[in-house]
Amino acid sequence: MLELSHITAGYTPRAPVVRDLSLTVADGEALGLLGPSGCGKSTLARVAALLHRPYAGTVVLAGEPVRGFRFRAPRARRTLVGVVFQQPRLAADPRLTLRALIADPARATGRFTELADRADALADAVGLGGDLLRRRPPEVSDGQLQRACLARALLLRPRLLICDEMTAMLDASTTAALVAVVEDYRREHDAALLAVGHDRVLLNRWCDSVREFPTTP
Amino acid sequence: MNDPRRAANTAGHETAAPEPLLSVRELSVRFLMPGGRHVAAVNGVSFDLAAGECLALVGESGCGKSVLAAALLGLLPGNARTRGAAWLGPAGDRLDVLTAGEATLARTVRGRRVGLIPQSPAAHLTPVRTVRAQLEETVRELRGTGRAALRAAAEAAAARAAFPTDHLDRYPHQLSGGLAQRAATALALVADAPLLIADEPTTGLDRDLVDRTVGELRRHADNGHGLLVITHDLAAAERVADRIAVMYAGRIVELTDAAPFFGSPGPRHPYARGLLAALPERDFAPIPGLPPELDALPDGCAFAPRCDRATDRCAVLPDLTGGVACHHAPKAAHA
Repeated sequence: MLELSHITAGYTPRAPVVRDLSLTVADGEALGLLGPSGCGKSTLARVAALLHRPYAGTVVLAGEPVRGFRFRAPRARRTLVGVVFQQPRLAADPRLTLRALIADPARATGRFTELADRADALADAVGLGGDLLRRRPPEVSDGQLQRACLARALLLRPRLLICDEMTAMLDASTTAALVAVVEDYRREHDAALLAVGHDRVLLNRWCDSVREFPTTP
Repeated sequence: MNDPRRAANTAGHETAAPEPLLSVRELSVRFLMPGGRHVAAVNGVSFDLAAGECLALVGESGCGKSVLAAALLGLLPGNARTRGAAWLGPAGDRLDVLTAGEATLARTVRGRRVGLIPQSPAAHLTPVRTVRAQLEETVRELRGTGRAALRAAAEAAAARAAFPTDHLDRYPHQLSGGLAQRAATALALVADAPLLIADEPTTGLDRDLVDRTVGELRRHADNGHGLLVITHDLAAAERVADRIAVMYAGRIVELTDAAPFFGSPGPRHPYARGLLAALPERDFAPIPGLPPELDALPDGCAFAPRCDRATDRCAVLPDLTGGVACHHAPKAAHA
């Protein structure tokens, strides 16, 4: 599903955060990527999600090499990947209601009416309903907002889901609930998962295999 | 000794139990919202905290933990209304922080009698000044140290929180999360406040840093500080706490010693049991449903809609008796 080879990426060319790193996620596989804060694992996740252009190295997504990142990536390529970020507050437009937030990818791709039922079903699956869907991000808790962000990431049925510290700010029960939603989705759609985090116990329980970062050759 | 009511009756003429540093009695906080709505963030919370003891307050986000901490420091916003009492200090010389004026709080309580270790230390520190400048200012204000001795005093204060001296001239954005945490802890420790409140000290830190932060907090408790740790991280709570208070929808639903809570026989309240079972090293099974909204709490037990043991009796609000607030809780084995 995803092949990263010899990726070097970062924010200043002289001091890249990620150096010469390779990693493969097979179709339907759940890979955990484990490392301490500041080691570059979020940067690598952004490269994998086509959100950050690496200085060197190649990304192969669904069998085809990636040529453009961010806005240069064609929509069909970008929507293959769903991303859930660590901080839902920074990843959610505070002006949208949770219902609009979940349906936002459908609106952006012109499939709003087609996917309206799916948005409702996903809101239900992540445990949001009724009054909560009419609220805006400042009126809900971190846990509730992250539930909405997960539903949003699953709306377009991505074949690869990237969870960048999805549960770092959440309590144990919400963590278990969100992981259960991800696993249900993966069973249903045979999707691959790249879960980035620093919680060894969680990733061992969640993923098929766990790799340390930076990976030794 | 776990029973806050018993401690309440004997407050003022203590016999065996150590003098509490902090006694919170029936503390409630309500926020008045536009349109006449009320948000009941904290409801009838009572507990004691002694010197050298660590109490961990655990619960889901939005259950009222941080509002409780803000109330103890007199930092609630203007639309908050409090009831009950929070006595600080020994019986002879105690002060109710809920009714104390802003001048008293500013001059004698914050920093001097209660130190706060904040939730996001990087945001708590002033971004435009170095750690040394902030430490020196705090030392001068709180201890009245003269200019000549200031530099050495600030370095000593940094050393107490294990903040490396060669990083003192850095700005907060140049520090890692762990070092920013230590800088904030150093500021909280400057005046040797007997009571420390740590609000989510481990959020966003990786496992190694959590272990180190928790170890340092534990050391402060062992040195005789009373420590109130507010967290949703049960693994951290297990490592640091002597006692655990589980909060749900603004109430303490279980208040007990940490060892039986995490070991055998385990938690007695169904919510606390569900929270522990949700850990990845245990069953990894979520509690069904969502916590109730604090502006629309049910009359009875707030956990009943999510509880597998709920019966008609749960329509009546259970009291916190014998350390647990549940009509169906098993009797304490060790009581």
